[in-house]
Amino acid sequence: MEHLDQLFGNYIAVFLATIAGFILVISALVGNRLLAPFSQERSKGTSYECGMLPIKRAQTNVGMRFYLYAILFIIFDVEAVFIFPWALSFVAIGPMAYYEMVLFVGILAAGLAYAWKKGALRWQ
Amino acid sequence: MNTLFGLPVALDALIRVLIIVSVMTVVVMGLIYVERKVLARFQQRLGPTRTGPMGLLQSVADALKLVAKEDVRPTNADPWVFELAPFLVFVPTFLGFVVVPFALAWSVRDLDLGLFYILAVSSVNIVGWVMAGWASDNRYAMLGALRAVAQSISYELPLVMAMIAVAMVADSLNISEIVRGQAMVPNIVWQPLPFLMFFICMLAEMNRPPFDIPVGESEVVGGPYVEYSGIRWSMFFLAEYASMFIMALLGAAVFLGGSAWPFGEQLGLPWQILLTVAKAGLIIFVVIWTRASFPRLRIDQLMSFSWKLLLPVSFAQIMVNGLILVYDLPYGMSHTLLAVCSAAGVLFVASAINRSVTSPRPRPLLIPRSEAAR
Repeated sequence: MEHLDQLFGNYIAVFLATIAGFILVISALVGNRLLAPFSQERSKGTSYECGMLPIKRAQTNVGMRFYLYAILFIIFDVEAVFIFPWALSFVAIGPMAYYEMVLFVGILAAGLAYAWKKGALRWQ
Repeated sequence: MNTLFGLPVALDALIRVLIIVSVMTVVVMGLIYVERKVLARFQQRLGPTRTGPMGLLQSVADALKLVAKEDVRPTNADPWVFELAPFLVFVPTFLGFVVVPFALAWSVRDLDLGLFYILAVSSVNIVGWVMAGWASDNRYAMLGALRAVAQSISYELPLVMAMIAVAMVADSLNISEIVRGQAMVPNIVWQPLPFLMFFICMLAEMNRPPFDIPVGESEVVGGPYVEYSGIRWSMFFLAEYASMFIMALLGAAVFLGGSAWPFGEQLGLPWQILLTVAKAGLIIFVVIWTRASFPRLRIDQLMSFSWKLLLPVSFAQIMVNGLILVYDLPYGMSHTLLAVCSAAGVLFVASAINRSVTSPRPRPLLIPRSEAAR
């Protein structure tokens, strides 16, 4: 029970900080609404394109290379989450835990080496 | 739990958050002034001088101007996403303030997973950047957002790995405990390579030069926030400077001994705050110095720097740390080994950077040579 109280006490601050952050932005926007001039004009609503009117919408297809990096990122980020608890407890468990992590990281490193060899890391 | 004046927990948290809000506002305004002034000195200019004594009121004038500016939204923009993006950029950044320590026993909350929390929270704001870029319906913004994502996710990994390496040596994820553990020797002595990686990744995460590819004026005219104006635009900058402040405090606490080294415990609160300010100020100064000294990277250089150099090196650092720590060596011996291995890593990274600077590879062709000839 005391542990729960502690947890609540800790994360109520996170919650309050979230609200405070939102209030900060909202108050700036409200101040803007009160102070700033406002006028409706059609040409103000065009998107910025160095003077020309843009052709078509901007939300087009995205280059494949971004997906490759995104996939690699997900793999390694999940792995980082696994390493965090390990990093704090492997000394207590002993050398066995260390060599298991060597194996785990080794497999991932092989994956990275494969992606590298295949040219997934080449920006083109 | 120790609360201020024995107040209820929620009230105590509220007071602390309010203190942080006011400190952050003042520091961010100060940072903008300091950056302009320091940068000006690097370029042999004077910087702001007209507003107030020595231009000290420049940030206040800027803020007033931004509040009084008309807020324009493009007709084609997706209204909800466009309006929500500044919140999602600023709020996650602000959440980082919950755990950064200002003095030995003073942070808003001493989370046991503080280091993990700050890494998790600070990476959320990329969602806001993508929303801003996608909703603006502007090609520059879209390109900038894509670049921002690619850069942010690439440099997230070495940052996390560097933090894990330090957490292994400090044997804790609680930032206050890490600071207390450095009462004798700061972590940078044992782990110079993670500090180097932290600094580089910090620059990339904040889109600071030389990693300002997503927001480069000469390439994508400001990136995701081209279409934002007035106070909404300033939210992106508020977030940038707030995260600079957070990262400097974090780096000072985790690597430079924070408020504990030297003699933090003995000399009391004013000395601890002075230490924090001095160390965070040093990091911020180096960030500005970097901006004044380095040209912008190309995107292929940026990506390969992270994936082909920093990531493998950070893995090696973790594995070496583990190997040294898992066998019960005497303290002096194990830590000397750690320092030597990490310093060797720094030399390796430095030589790799030096090699790529002195013999640069040509920019990869967008169209293969065989097709271009046709």
